[in-house]
Amino acid sequence: MSTFASQFLQDAGRATDNSDQRRFIRTALGNYEIARDRHKGSFQDWQGARQLAAGIKWEAVNHLDKYLEQFVLKLESRGTKVHWASTGLQARETILQIVRKKKAHSIIKSKAMTSEEIHLNDALEKEGLQVVESDLGEFIVQLRHETPYHIVFPCMHLRRGEISALFQRELGSAPTNDPEELTMIARRVLRKKYITADVGITGANFAIADAGMVSITENEGNARLTAALPKTLITLIGIEKILPRLEDLALFLPMLATMGAGQQLTCYNTLYAGPRQPGESDGPEEWHVVLLDNHRTQLLADTEQRDALHCIRCGACLNVCPIFRNVGGHAYGTTYSGPIGSVITPHLRGLQDWKHLSNASSLCGACTETCPVKIDLHHHLLQNRRNAAQEKPAFLERFAYQIFSLLVTKPALWSLAKKMGRAMQPLHKIIQGTPLDPAKSWTQSRELPRLAPESFKDWWRKRR
Amino acid sequence: MTVTLFIPCFVDALFPQAGISMVQILERLGHKIVCPEAIACCGQPAFNSGYWDESRVVAVKVLEQLRDAETVVIGSGSCGAMLKNFYPGLFADTPHEKLAKAVSERTWEFSEFLVDKLGVTDLGARFPHKVTFHDGCHGLRELHIKKPPRALLSHVQGLELLEMTEAETCCGFGGTFAAKFPMISAAMGEVKCASAIETGAEYIVSNDSSCLMQIQGLLSRQGNALKTIHLAEVLNQE
Ligand code: SF4
Repeated sequence: MSTFASQFLQDAGRATDNSDQRRFIRTALGNYEIARDRHKGSFQDWQGARQLAAGIKWEAVNHLDKYLEQFVLKLESRGTKVHWASTGLQARETILQIVRKKKAHSIIKSKAMTSEEIHLNDALEKEGLQVVESDLGEFIVQLRHETPYHIVFPCMHLRRGEISALFQRELGSAPTNDPEELTMIARRVLRKKYITADVGITGANFAIADAGMVSITENEGNARLTAALPKTLITLIGIEKILPRLEDLALFLPMLATMGAGQQLTCYNTLYAGPRQPGESDGPEEWHVVLLDNHRTQLLADTEQRDALHCIRCGACLNVCPIFRNVGGHAYGTTYSGPIGSVITPHLRGLQDWKHLSNASSLCGACTETCPVKIDLHHHLLQNRRNAAQEKPAFLERFAYQIFSLLVTKPALWSLAKKMGRAMQPLHKIIQGTPLDPAKSWTQSRELPRLAPESFKDWWRKRR
Repeated sequence: MTVTLFIPCFVDALFPQAGISMVQILERLGHKIVCPEAIACCGQPAFNSGYWDESRVVAVKVLEQLRDAETVVIGSGSCGAMLKNFYPGLFADTPHEKLAKAVSERTWEFSEFLVDKLGVTDLGARFPHKVTFHDGCHGLRELHIKKPPRALLSHVQGLELLEMTEAETCCGFGGTFAAKFPMISAAMGEVKCASAIETGAEYIVSNDSSCLMQIQGLLSRQGNALKTIHLAEVLNQE
């Protein structure tokens, strides 16, 4: 078992023991579901919309070279500097070089899962820079020295009281249970940062090829300030974020809002076309766009799972996933949690180390059913399992399946196995729960069903 | 018609009554039932764990037994999904590909067969109890079976169907998942049980015995009196 796998088992165990927390998360996601369904209803034909969105992303991903080129040409024509980064390390280096050149001291950042993916904050802080997250949720998890719990709701695991205590401890604020006051406390800290920061860093929701624009969606207006106030802006984008045409946003913006947060439309949707142009009154003087590969092209080369690049990071699959609902985002130990994380993490970080996430699923398919861009999520989990077993079979497990295959294909053996099972059954009661119990992992929380005195096959044979 | 009944391994060994009920119901409707002796399992455990070669050893046997079957009926959404949805992929680019596709097309889950193929919803059953229905994930999301079991239940005399809020939520079984990740599996099952208990039903009905095994296992451990029963058994009560 990889160390990541044993860590997962430990953390998942701890999370499932915490029934209070599980209930809290379930209630929050239940409310999300109600809002989501209400807004899904404003699409005339939701299934048609999904089909269309999947088709558009298919087109983008399968012609990624063409659309990226178009995107970059357009961006550069307005004076944006575009950088390509094959790896996380390259992306970090590129960004560090930019901030070094600017002799920057402080950085204001809006939410970007790509930056979590490449551990950007750590790298910047090691360089002696001060980095502040401007998204309220991200700001809170940053103060707690934690990673985001959920790709859309970074601090959904925290209750108001915990946030208030955190602010008292870290910011010296007065205790309060009022959400607005809590927001104001963060805002007062952040306002200063926007003005004094030398560099702003953002992520992106979509990169529009034909327009050469970056689309950012947010609810707090913090990304706008992050992009508008510092003189230098850096935007880190995963190369799969491409959409072919500006008009595609008409579908993708409401879709992302609906599936992401259960909103009709997110509060702020901004398009960025380039640095400040002559005659313009705001915007950064310099804009750098860093295009991140970091194993995405490897996923692109996998014809079976390429559609995982369609992902718009709405988080809907996490929200409906019964595994996520019970173990929470931190147990995954990855940047991308939930079903999409279990699918892509083995690609991004190594199959053998991360195959356990694909195994930790009942394959219920709720994720696939909900995904707005129709990624075949739960079947990809099956494919990961197959690839992992093919690449490096576990000796005992394979042996067990070989025995099982033999048993169920030879009627005489199968019948014997049932007889033996029946004979052994009374003995099981004695060893149940002890280390000798072969069914321990089942019986620790559930009763074992009893073998029927007469199996179906016995009955059928007798009857004929 | 001649119906070839596929009895999954766990129904055979643990829940024969579900299989017996299916035989009796289909015979009452005038069909001839065949149960190939050599079929004991669909190969799903190995398949789901990634051991496709080992799974194929079992599945080839199944395909050969079903080669000449006119209609195959399975009393489990999960095994039904295996035959219908996963066999073609499992046998892609192998000599059995064509046969796998042919068998897939002839295979029906039990409730779907009764309602969609035979057009039967009223079996004259009587079960004077409050029940709630659990949608097994494979039946629901792989085979898209939602209405047939409810149509059948709605014609059972004396039966009152109380839908639970978490009807479509996974019970946490998931085959080997339940043994590999028992704490997650049990946590999921608890949600299911709590939702079922909330309805005030006396029975949880499902068309998948494997889900019921998980649910019953948890309920018994909790000491709850709520019982589980396969749809076919309900439909076979007089
Ligand atoms: S996989 Fe689908 S549902 Fe999950 S985050 Fe991506 S787009 Fe959303």
